[in-house]
Amino acid sequence: MASGRPFPLNAWYPAAWGHEIERALAARTICGHDIVLYRRADGAVAALEDACWHRLLPLSMGRLVGDQVVCGYHGLVFNSAGRCTHMPAQKTINPSACVRSYPVVERHRLIWVWPGDPALADPAAMPDFHWNDGQAWKGEGGTFYSLKCDYRLVVDNLMDLTHETYVHAGSIGDDAILDTPFEVTHTDRAATMTRWMIDIDPPPFWARQLGRPGRVDRWQIVTFQAPAVVVGDVGVALTGSGAPEGDRSQGVNGAFLAALAPETETSCHYFWNFVRTFRTDDEQLTRDLQRAHVNDGKGVYDQDHVVLEAQQRAIDRNPRSPFYNLNIDAGALWARRLIDAMLAREQRSAGAPQAAE
Amino acid sequence: MAEIIEWRDGMVRATRDLTSAIRLIEIEPSGGFVAASPGSHINVSVMIRGRPDVRSYSVVGPCADGVYRIAVKLLTSTRGGSAYMWSLRPGGRIGLSAPANHFNLALGRPEYLLLAGGIGVTPIFTHALALAEANARFRLLYACRSRDDLALADELAERLGDRLELFLSEEGRRVDIAAEIARLDGQGEFYVCGPIGMLEAAKRCWRESGRPADRLRFETFGNSGAYPSGPFVIKIPRLGREIAVAANQSMLEALEDTNVGMIFDCRRGECGLCALTILAVDGVVDHRDVFFSDAEKAQNLKLCTCVSRVYGKSITVDTADR
Repeated sequence: MASGRPFPLNAWYPAAWGHEIERALAARTICGHDIVLYRRADGAVAALEDACWHRLLPLSMGRLVGDQVVCGYHGLVFNSAGRCTHMPAQKTINPSACVRSYPVVERHRLIWVWPGDPALADPAAMPDFHWNDGQAWKGEGGTFYSLKCDYRLVVDNLMDLTHETYVHAGSIGDDAILDTPFEVTHTDRAATMTRWMIDIDPPPFWARQLGRPGRVDRWQIVTFQAPAVVVGDVGVALTGSGAPEGDRSQGVNGAFLAALAPETETSCHYFWNFVRTFRTDDEQLTRDLQRAHVNDGKGVYDQDHVVLEAQQRAIDRNPRSPFYNLNIDAGALWARRLIDAMLAREQRSAGAPQAAE
Repeated sequence: MAEIIEWRDGMVRATRDLTSAIRLIEIEPSGGFVAASPGSHINVSVMIRGRPDVRSYSVVGPCADGVYRIAVKLLTSTRGGSAYMWSLRPGGRIGLSAPANHFNLALGRPEYLLLAGGIGVTPIFTHALALAEANARFRLLYACRSRDDLALADELAERLGDRLELFLSEEGRRVDIAAEIARLDGQGEFYVCGPIGMLEAAKRCWRESGRPADRLRFETFGNSGAYPSGPFVIKIPRLGREIAVAANQSMLEALEDTNVGMIFDCRRGECGLCALTILAVDGVVDHRDVFFSDAEKAQNLKLCTCVSRVYGKSITVDTADR
């Protein structure tokens, strides 16, 4: 594994679901940066360094008054731009008293923050996560906060669905995944793994969703957007009905969504959802699908969770052991190549690993 | 200082005189280069009469080539930090810190007003280039005594065009700060670096405009006052001491040199920790800090010893000794 910080800082990372950030202080660690989030009266979200300028107490232990944060120790007040607006027992304010404020954008039902150089924070560089908007695609996901693994292990997991056969046998796993070749393509920001399984018996999960007898064509089109978003277009359609050619009308289509935020070098927050375009008004199905993924240790993501954390523990115990790669890792390797390119660009720009803080 | 300084070695790559009294010095750090965000300063290690000391200088320009540029004004009446910096020659070594920033530029505001006075142009120059790069709406007002005192003005004119306006007092031009603030967008921000008189005028006008205090951003360099710097005497009845302060020495330094116990932090008139109670003054207190309010300065109950001085013969103060 490459040495050094494994995540670029000049990128948008998810920090919370929009509904989690209200008129209260919420603490998150993103890329090693402690950040306090809250919603201003005008509805916009503020993200500040979670450490008082004075004595470093986390501001998230203080309170929100209007749109300002009052430190819970000595009452210094910071506005949503991070500027101190009140100091105790003096008539003036030290002009250098500021905490860092982070660029923040609320989009696709998530709150995204930019931990790197704010001058480079470009909303156009946001990953496309529109499947999560709750419009054409429906679903209710969740978050694994502080999942104890390098975020890249989650990327590896999602970019190679061969693991479904072994980790998720009995639901979405199927030997056909092993027997079907796949194709990996990439651009300079994205890598895509495409696998079409033609004329197979649907695995149990998909048979239930389709609700029609017969053999199917099954697809998995998984796209990674650097540095930390994966969207998997998945589904089945009756075989011979033209799905590989673009007509999915005789099938059911879902998408698994993953937006990752490194917390530290060996932990991450994993915002997930599983959305669909079929039976979108069926709220019971929405709940069932959520339970199929996370259900007190029995869901498919619970199964991944166990594997990923065990893998990280093994890496920690054997830090010098290399990874060996199989042909199934092509998607993951392209994803890591794109992450590495972002890191290299970041280190090259002005010869600087990061701006002074 | 509250910030922990990690010293590293650097080499003077080149020097260039911007005016007869302001020298641009290029310093190439060895080891990793840390980028300087606009408004940053670096600390440099200087020798003054054989003793090591520290000076802070704003980083000039974006230093995209991995070299820090600082501009040093030669001040003959001060202790000798600038004279030491002027003694540096290309190829010479100097200790320096990574950049730190007490004068951050916040991007994304609808408009900016920048005001620079004299050598205060150094951080404002970098702010202006960053705003131009970001296609922000802004104007820079640059005030100086004479045309010969202008530093970096040609580069600014080239990059900023008519967004730059010069105010030379020898030509009778002064900045009407209140009128300039009135022109600024209601959500706009005002960045000021200059001598204390300019700063105080800017703070007063900003307050009178009714705008929120946090949108006025300023940085001090703590060595300019309403009166020239001269020698005076500190009297401390409690300790039975009389201590002479030289023209090129601060009160705090004189107290430290004579082993009067003092606490301090910023040493640039911001934190208020080194303030002492005034018992009597033979002369005028020249308050050069930004810690006390105008009302507090008018009351003359205390002064910040790191930057403030007496114009006159002596000041009688009380210390914390018991």
